[in-house]
Amino acid sequence: MLRYLIQRLFIMIPTLLVISFLVFAIIQAPPGDYLESMVAEMQSRGENVPQDKIDWLRHTYGLDQPFYVQYLQWMFGSWNGLHYEGGGLVFGDLGYSFEHNLPVKEVVGDRLSLTVVVSLASVLFVWLISFPIAVYSATHQYSFFDYLFTFFGYIGLATPSFLLALVLLYFANVWFGTSIGGLVDPQYMDQPWSWGKLVSVLQHMWVPVLVIGLPGTAGMIRRLRANLLDELNKQYVVTGRAKGLPPFRLLMKYPLRLSLNPFIADIGSLLPELISGSVVVSVVMSLPITGPMLLEALRSQDMYLAGSFLMFMAVLTVFGIFVSDIALALLDPRIRFGAGSSR
Amino acid sequence: MIEMNADPQPLPHFISPEPFDPHAVEEVSPEQEKLYLASQWRMMWLRFRKHRLAVFAGIVLAVMYVSVFAVEWLAPYAQSSRNVDFIFAPPQRVHLFDKGAFIGPFVYAYDYRLDMETLKRIYTENREKPQKIRFFCRGDGYKFWGVLDSNTHLICPPAGSTLFLLGSDRLGRDLFTRILYGARVSLTIGLVGVTVSFVLGMLFGGLAGYYGGWVDDLVQRAIEVLRSIPHLPLWLALAAILPVTWSPLLIYFGITIILGLIDWTGLARAVRSRLLSLREEDFCVAAELMGASPGRIIFRHLMPSFMSHLIASATLAIPGMILGETALSFLGLGIRAPIVSWGVLLNDAQNIQAVALYPWLMLPMVPVVIVVLAFNFLGDGLRDAADPYK
Repeated sequence: MLRYLIQRLFIMIPTLLVISFLVFAIIQAPPGDYLESMVAEMQSRGENVPQDKIDWLRHTYGLDQPFYVQYLQWMFGSWNGLHYEGGGLVFGDLGYSFEHNLPVKEVVGDRLSLTVVVSLASVLFVWLISFPIAVYSATHQYSFFDYLFTFFGYIGLATPSFLLALVLLYFANVWFGTSIGGLVDPQYMDQPWSWGKLVSVLQHMWVPVLVIGLPGTAGMIRRLRANLLDELNKQYVVTGRAKGLPPFRLLMKYPLRLSLNPFIADIGSLLPELISGSVVVSVVMSLPITGPMLLEALRSQDMYLAGSFLMFMAVLTVFGIFVSDIALALLDPRIRFGAGSSR
Repeated sequence: MIEMNADPQPLPHFISPEPFDPHAVEEVSPEQEKLYLASQWRMMWLRFRKHRLAVFAGIVLAVMYVSVFAVEWLAPYAQSSRNVDFIFAPPQRVHLFDKGAFIGPFVYAYDYRLDMETLKRIYTENREKPQKIRFFCRGDGYKFWGVLDSNTHLICPPAGSTLFLLGSDRLGRDLFTRILYGARVSLTIGLVGVTVSFVLGMLFGGLAGYYGGWVDDLVQRAIEVLRSIPHLPLWLALAAILPVTWSPLLIYFGITIILGLIDWTGLARAVRSRLLSLREEDFCVAAELMGASPGRIIFRHLMPSFMSHLIASATLAIPGMILGETALSFLGLGIRAPIVSWGVLLNDAQNIQAVALYPWLMLPMVPVVIVVLAFNFLGDGLRDAADPYK
């Protein structure tokens, strides 16, 4: 097990390095750099350009350097020989937001932690909802509720989450006359964490979690139902039933456990899906998570801010996949002992 | 004790007088023979036809794609004709009976006034005079496919009124017309994007599956990296690179390529796993022993046996592309005006105030959902039919 864990960790690091390179290449791609346009704009307004600050930015992030130097400085900070001078993503310096004129860390605030909270809550939601429904649908195949759930599943699959968010916002407005956007009450905005804020977040969170999780739930129900049906049609189930095993025990003992495998393995595909969904939904519902700010940063080519968000989402997903792989190995000895590659 | 029957009746024993034909089991009825002799594609068609929902979805999609060719003619207005007097007009109801008398489909003209207190535009139906909808008529001029000048339409607004079947937007443009025009972009972008990802997926999946070894490892790692980045943020970042100076058409192709560039991983995986299992089959080894080149083996022997699966996977990949384009355009980083797509139209509905006042702006999501559903059903049917021997 330890060997598997270490092996997975070693796969994760190069993956993240490649992703960071990709992300940097993408945010670097637009021509010109933000600093130049900022200086030009400030000069045109007749403002004084703080030359030492610009020099510092240029030096720290190596904006006058070739591409690979910039990348290395962004990732690993600037070094003078062996002497560490500051910066670097791996040391927790997310860079500088030119748009907001602040270090990215201060601009971002608790958006990152809220993103994690919302994503985790969505994953939990998907599990909690899809598990009983899928089991019911599979054991009562072709029953009325099976058809009903399948129908809703298809609708959920076809309706992108941001449209669902729009519809919900509209009906909340028509029926209750309130706006359900946001993640906390306005009074708690930009406040430090407290008990009241936590309660307020929990009160607001169910709507975005519902909206973000629904398409994933639909997919999960479909997969779990299909898997369970496959298992239920196997001969050992018939044998068990013929020998008089109680139906519930028969279901619990083998078929359910076997079909749970994809439940955990699917985090790998579920998490990117949820995060993608949360980006658009958060724009529609103006949630204080990464989505709206990422969009704004991409529009204004605020490269380090956008890069930090992209990297953060990728890290979140890669880490989620890592956790799911470990959980899967714990659950299924075939994978632990290396036979799972044919999966 | 069970009492034995004293004199047991002999069981009735039936002997057929017909001559015995030992080959009777092997004889097949004409229908069966037809089925047995049917080609693989014909078997697939027979299997597919049984999936009613898939057939229905296929017909819906076919109608939509055909109508894309004649959008200019189908739409009551031209793509961006404005009616400055009718801004944010709600959908007009189509009536058939006026004061109890049947006079065919018609609408009532709108009377417009501004509520001076709330500054809200109020449209009321003028019940005095029914305005008959005209068919096969002359209306706004357009260039058919950007080439042929014409002005005939299938339906036109009544002579003395407007025809907003689904309402109008902030510039007084007919939403129905714009949804029809938007279909052209939204429906084709999925096909073009899937073609891009199909080519990429075949190429990389084929290389990985056929050669195995380090090529396989490399492609697998690349796929893993791409799959572990959430698609939408990546699409957004790539779309943000497209220069503002590009023409709308270039942007369109840029977006399709972006969609395809990231989405090929699923198809590549499907190709790879199929190839890995097929490579060991006898017919493939035989071809190899006879000295067939890798290209010939892949395209002549392997491809036909998994093409059907690929088509099914590709069909299931199209809705993701359509939704991707819709999301990108909705956020303002995808297709840009003056070209319309359903996502561009929904961009107007981003503001919750607008949606609360003018809910018909959300209507473009209806075709999106219908198309995505239809592709899912069609893909399911195709997937079931892809292996007709089961």
